[in-house]
Amino acid sequence: MRRSRYPGLLALSLFLALLPLALPNAYTYDVVVRILINAILVMGLNLLVGFAGQISLGHAGFVGMGAYSTAVLTTHANWHPLPAMAAGAALAGFLALMVARPIFRLKGQYLTMATLGLGIIIAIVIGNESAWTGGPDGMPVSSLSLVGFELSGEKRWYGFMAVLLVFSLWSCQNLMDSPFGRAVRALHGSEVASQVVGVNVGRYKVAVFVLTAMLASVMGSLTAHYVGFLTPGVAGFFHSIELVTMVVVGGMASLYGSIVGAALLTMLPQLLATLEGWETVAFGAILVFTMIFMPRGLVPTLAARFGRTR
Amino acid sequence: MALLEVENLSAAFGGVKAVDQVSFRVEPGSIFSVIGPNGAGKTTLFNLVTGIYHADSGEVRLEGRRVNGLKPYELARLGLSRTFQNLQICMNMTALENVMVGAHLRLDRSPLKAMLRLPAIVARDRELRREAAELMAYVGLADQVSAEADALSYGALKRLEIARALAARPKLLFLDEPAAGLNPTETGEIDGLIQKVAESGVTVVLVEHDMKLVMNLSDHILVLDYGRKLAEGTAAEVRRNPDVIAAYLGASA
Amino acid sequence: MLSEFLQFLFSGVTVGATYALAALGFTLIYNASHVINFAQGEFIMLGGMLTVAGVSAGLPLPVAIALAIAAAAVVGMLVVRFAIQPAKGADVVSLIIITIGVSLVVRGLTQISLGKGTHSFPAFSGSEPLHVLGATLLPQSLWVLGVTAAVVALLGWFFSRTLTGKAILATAYNRLAAQLVGISTNKVLFLSFALSAALGALGGVLVTPITMTSADVGIMLGLKGFVAAVLGGLGNGLGAVVGGLLVGVAEAMAAGYISSAYKDAVPFVMILFLLFFLPRGLFGARVTERV
Repeated sequence: MRRSRYPGLLALSLFLALLPLALPNAYTYDVVVRILINAILVMGLNLLVGFAGQISLGHAGFVGMGAYSTAVLTTHANWHPLPAMAAGAALAGFLALMVARPIFRLKGQYLTMATLGLGIIIAIVIGNESAWTGGPDGMPVSSLSLVGFELSGEKRWYGFMAVLLVFSLWSCQNLMDSPFGRAVRALHGSEVASQVVGVNVGRYKVAVFVLTAMLASVMGSLTAHYVGFLTPGVAGFFHSIELVTMVVVGGMASLYGSIVGAALLTMLPQLLATLEGWETVAFGAILVFTMIFMPRGLVPTLAARFGRTR
Repeated sequence: MALLEVENLSAAFGGVKAVDQVSFRVEPGSIFSVIGPNGAGKTTLFNLVTGIYHADSGEVRLEGRRVNGLKPYELARLGLSRTFQNLQICMNMTALENVMVGAHLRLDRSPLKAMLRLPAIVARDRELRREAAELMAYVGLADQVSAEADALSYGALKRLEIARALAARPKLLFLDEPAAGLNPTETGEIDGLIQKVAESGVTVVLVEHDMKLVMNLSDHILVLDYGRKLAEGTAAEVRRNPDVIAAYLGASA
Repeated sequence: MLSEFLQFLFSGVTVGATYALAALGFTLIYNASHVINFAQGEFIMLGGMLTVAGVSAGLPLPVAIALAIAAAAVVGMLVVRFAIQPAKGADVVSLIIITIGVSLVVRGLTQISLGKGTHSFPAFSGSEPLHVLGATLLPQSLWVLGVTAAVVALLGWFFSRTLTGKAILATAYNRLAAQLVGISTNKVLFLSFALSAALGALGGVLVTPITMTSADVGIMLGLKGFVAAVLGGLGNGLGAVVGGLLVGVAEAMAAGYISSAYKDAVPFVMILFLLFFLPRGLFGARVTERV
């Protein structure tokens, strides 16, 4: 992490600025916007999974909380989108905090179980409270207007999300290259060693978990506004698995990897659209192959091959 | 007042008394060593005092304050740091970052400020990097400053652990077999390093197998056997003690 | 009142028996390899779906069932060969991710080859319900309970009386020591996956006439089986059975007395409560990290 982060950020910004030249229509814009949303989401999840080494199989639950908080509060209570988004994040953060404190005393498989259970419960609640959420039929969401500027149409969204991605990357890099981030990475490397230098391991795990949950919630809110229509699948188990797959394929503890992972696996269903049913198989196979042949993930493996470390 | 006082400390694991009624005092500014045959309970004693394990009975006092049951990170705040017999290096980080983590408690750890990379954070981080690089040079790793931790040799990792522990600016430093697995040259260098650390005012508690190293360095030696205190005193006293001789030669006294 | 309670109890115990078989499968594999097999639910699904396929291909029911269970066992061994063994040395989390990948592949392939529809096949001995104290009991429920009890007894005999069973136990207790005394831990790995798969498939076969099946039932069944295994103390066979029944009954009671919509949430609420309040009580002593 010693290397300056600005050449990378600059290259990414340049790429995102030039990309529209290669996007022929609204459909391709739409795919790219989804990639950008997922990329930020996956970067956040990577802080927990890749950097802190703690698995979460229920992360889509937090995405769903954000998405539905936004949808329900703006639709049923006439809230402005921004406070609705904040409320969703606060709710997700609070829930994450309540759950994480007892969970993080546990290791590996129990943590998996707890995050999974939490995610499923959230999904079930969303699916069942039809009066508020429309249940399995879903519900529409109004578009997002920020201080008088209506965010609608794929192109505007592209611009907004591109800027947000670069900002998110920059701030995640900053975070992981700070005393906080080093403590988080250290507890992944050796819990006992980080304890001995004064890191309250439990507290840091909880902090990262809450942070990622809130980020997921905010991205969920944005997804809701962008897509304009929500179904409970956004909070479902399969979505959680998709997110973890993106982290793993792109590369544990690699933020650029998260962008690559999100891009590849968001495009995959589009590519496989003609082969109905193979999407699930492809996802599964990619997961298995990556874990076996490239356990560090695509970007770190390639980076190592070309003589760079991260 | 002694810096560290241990009184009648006992711990059993699965019915085996690993540490049995052990008492000792460590005076500030000294090098205190714990020796004993394999399985004598040295590392267990270390783990008890440094909060990794919990004692069944007895008391540990740091500067007169009872610290039983405190977690390692709480003990770190009170100025206690340690290294490990089987290395505990964060292999997912660079060597330098490992040392930087050592300074954890002296830093502003706010995640929000860090995300926005506020100037104060940037300045402190730069300073910290310099400080950590100096510490690496201090332990003899000047040429490894930009290496990944997993690229370092075993001997270098042992020193890296010491550098990390020193980055916490401890009053009391526990070194668990710092010379284990090292060749004679490296052992000699570690010997010099420990001496240098002690002279800088850090009190050192040492567990070590290498007798030459222990006898050479220690102001005070505690000998354990089967979890019990067998003898205690200066190097010369311990060397003459018939019980110690018997335990090490395996003869019955 | 009583009849209502009995009714819920019957349906709970019936479904619980399936969870128990799944939980036993988790436990077996966990003991043999410390892998948490998230594909366990897919074996349950395979049992039901393959039997359906066999029956619709014109096979007699018993033959279709035997083939389905055998096929699931083969799939279990393929999983070891192509997903678990190549990942030797991977940590717990990586192995969990691998088995999730496997479950996606199995489910996807089943969907492609057998379709997405919901299927069933006739109950083993008619569907004329029996009346017990005002509650009705399907004959198939008796099949489920009877076979599960027989399997549990058989497993008990297998692990305490046969050399192979003892070899698996020895591997669970201490892998290295088992290798040193000449146990092929590799064989144990294959065997435990095959056995788990067969157990899961059997559960799927038994319960399908009651609950029906489709290519995507595996996730929920597997997850609930996992909850049951954790509830019973991961690695404890008898605990797994008790856990399975407990989850089934709790679910049925919640569905009956509280809300059937939230039935599926019950096991997960249970597991969260358990993890919060009793992590040590049910899992035994905390392992101390050696440093």
